[in-house]
Amino acid sequence: MSALDVLSIRNDFPVLAQQIRGKPLIYLDNAASSQKPNSVIDAISNNYRFDYANIHRGVHTLSQRSTDCFEGAREKVRAFLNAESIKEIIFVRGATEGINLIAQSYGRSTIGQDDEIIITMMEHHANIVPWQMLCQQTGARLRVVPMTERGELILDDYKSLFNSKTRLVSIAHMSNALGTVNPVAEMIKTAHRYNIPVVLDGAQSAPHMTTDVRALDCDFYVFSGHKLYGPAGIGVLYGKQALLEAMPPYQGGGDMIRKVSFQETEYNDLPYKFEAGTPAIADVIGLGAAIDYVTGIGLDNIAAYEDSLLCYATEQVNQIAGLRVIGEAAHKGAILSFVLDGIHPHDIGTLLDSVGIAIRAGHHCAMPVMDFYQVPATARASFAMYNTEQEVDILVSTLKELIKVFR
Amino acid sequence: MFEDLRDLYQEVIFDHNRNPRNFRVIENASREVEGFNPLCGDRLTLYLDIVSGVIEDASFQGSGCAISTASVSLMTEIIKGKTESEAEALFSQFHKMITTEGEVDMEAVGKLAVLAGVKGYPARVKCATLAWHTLDTALKNEGLESISTE
Repeated sequence: MSALDVLSIRNDFPVLAQQIRGKPLIYLDNAASSQKPNSVIDAISNNYRFDYANIHRGVHTLSQRSTDCFEGAREKVRAFLNAESIKEIIFVRGATEGINLIAQSYGRSTIGQDDEIIITMMEHHANIVPWQMLCQQTGARLRVVPMTERGELILDDYKSLFNSKTRLVSIAHMSNALGTVNPVAEMIKTAHRYNIPVVLDGAQSAPHMTTDVRALDCDFYVFSGHKLYGPAGIGVLYGKQALLEAMPPYQGGGDMIRKVSFQETEYNDLPYKFEAGTPAIADVIGLGAAIDYVTGIGLDNIAAYEDSLLCYATEQVNQIAGLRVIGEAAHKGAILSFVLDGIHPHDIGTLLDSVGIAIRAGHHCAMPVMDFYQVPATARASFAMYNTEQEVDILVSTLKELIKVFR
Repeated sequence: MFEDLRDLYQEVIFDHNRNPRNFRVIENASREVEGFNPLCGDRLTLYLDIVSGVIEDASFQGSGCAISTASVSLMTEIIKGKTESEAEALFSQFHKMITTEGEVDMEAVGKLAVLAGVKGYPARVKCATLAWHTLDTALKNEGLESISTE
């Protein structure tokens, strides 16, 4: 089925080798957050154990070591995204903070009364609320790209949303609630025909496919470390250098300045202009280790394996009477959202947990998607490279048992 | 399978989930309150007919998980015929039963005891209490209201 040595991958993730309520853990909540390999755990603990000190401007050995590791991780991120320069790689707390930074810095300096921002119906709240806040501050308006029942964006409607008021497009590369992988390259081309910059929310896509920000030609791209087998609380904002240069700082403080007096402050160069304060040093280093880990396996190999796993799982659950898959786009990442007739997703979640299966039940921070499908919530199994067909089989047979209990 | 969950999902709960009691609208109800748990998407409307401080009739509409459906179904049964203050006292006993280790008058909670297992599942406490928070709002406010547990 794959080029991946899944058994050996599983051995790299210590958390997977445990029992939950007497049954082997089956972790299918990867779209919420993925587990961490030893190399990431070691990179973080080794930094604290041997090399930790504050970075930049330190003249002592530990500061130099931490700085080298920290800036080394920035270069790993640059290569991972195929960005042109490390100046374009800004460390933030996660995709959410990245979008807020764009909204408050780029947005507030370029978007005004009656201007329009295009998002889509399948966005995570993190790619809705920061724009709504910007709209409240500026008097701008949100325009929303609709989707089909299968969970695919309607591109003709997207194209017709552009007008002289359009200022920015912000879209998920991959939907966390549906799994849909959006045709972002085409959507970016459309926006660029009108000279409109595009923000890509890569929180879901980054762990599951190769990302090339230059090939996509996106203007901004954000992702979170914790979904990429890295630490929580660290993420990345990529922006084209010219855009970032023109943007005002997001937060003020140490490290983002060159010269401060009470009369005026001269800001630091990119990327430091956007990195006020002492950053999450060890976590950045851990993110670098996570990138080494996934690139060592190969994002294309991971994508191929997860794709076959999703196909298998979809085939299997489609044989369960009364189960409806939510999100049936032709191009999907490894997310299986579903509802069962007469059984609430939270009951599904609790019953699966009782036999060691971790899924997510709820609105997945995408309430507009739930409204669209007229469901209060869905159950969502989301796969990673360490999941197996055998785990899918156990999920499916457990779901069948669960239905019997509820009848 | 699911033996570990017998505490939480007792047969009575499945029964009320399958066949909720008092699942209807009371026309011209003296109180009509909407309860919403945004985390689960559970949504219910509670109808009460209160005459001289006594709950003469109670019913509900809406959808939720088995725990929340069974809880509201059982609640509408047990509060009928009780005074407003008796219903409030029952809420306080019920709340204690599913959230603390303290002494609870199990006789007072009667058949609500089937929900005692919720205590072992902190993530599900809100499912069981949505009905009661909605009732609480209904008793404290006259007319139409809407509450949220978040």
